[in-house]
Amino acid sequence: MVVDNDRHRKADLVFHALADSTRRDILSRSMRGENSVSTLATFYPMSFAAVQKHVAILERAELVTKRRQGREQLVRGDLDALHYARQLLQQFETIWQGRVERFGDIVNDNLRKGDS
Amino acid sequence: MTVRDIHNDPEALTMTITAEFDAPIGRVWNLWENPRQLERWWGPPTYPATFVEHDLSPGGRISYFMTGPEGDQPHGWWGVVSVDAPFQLEFENGFADESGVPDVKMPTMMIRVTLSEEPTGNTRMEIVTTFPSVEAMEQIIAMGMQEGLAGAMSQIDEILA
Repeated sequence: MVVDNDRHRKADLVFHALADSTRRDILSRSMRGENSVSTLATFYPMSFAAVQKHVAILERAELVTKRRQGREQLVRGDLDALHYARQLLQQFETIWQGRVERFGDIVNDNLRKGDS
Repeated sequence: MTVRDIHNDPEALTMTITAEFDAPIGRVWNLWENPRQLERWWGPPTYPATFVEHDLSPGGRISYFMTGPEGDQPHGWWGVVSVDAPFQLEFENGFADESGVPDVKMPTMMIRVTLSEEPTGNTRMEIVTTFPSVEAMEQIIAMGMQEGLAGAMSQIDEILA
């Protein structure tokens, strides 16, 4: 199913974008207001180009938008608060999915061994 | 697949995960009650958990640490709010410093576990996690990324590569 694949692809992009702590911080700042890439670059111990690359990954995942103003590129969050909360919850899901899968394996294992 | 359903409510800031096990309720409860069983599943294989204190009674304290691949040891705690064995457990889950003292600067989340017996003899487990705010979610997820999500993320990276 094409639609499903597209949705999965989108989820992968978002997931990948949020897997990095610098990108999560950039997104968090962008949700609170508009920042130029050069302002953002002052917050992290890395080059302007590296920060620009992080912004591009967030942009590709449609989490932020970029607009040009003179020589500056301004970045802002492209999510409403509810959508943002949903993205965060989806990240959190992964932790519990892993836990519950392991939980199930142990329950089955204990049943086989017959210990309590 | 053990997980039956995951429901996120971004307005209430809750995540509800439902699972069903082909096992009697007592066995399922045991995985919460017995710290040696608990440490087999709480942390992922890359961040196994060790439970140091485990007082599963109302007002009781549970403390643990996880050990990462680099030898890093994030600590955490549960504050038990209510227990109704083997049906329900409610606790607050937060982060702690290296000596296991709760970090008051870090947000906490509330977790409510409900077990019920299905007519088939299976056990249904529902876990509801509630976050106090979006900012708290950001912080908790950033911490969780280190431990719980590390493994899942590297798999995603492989898929994307």
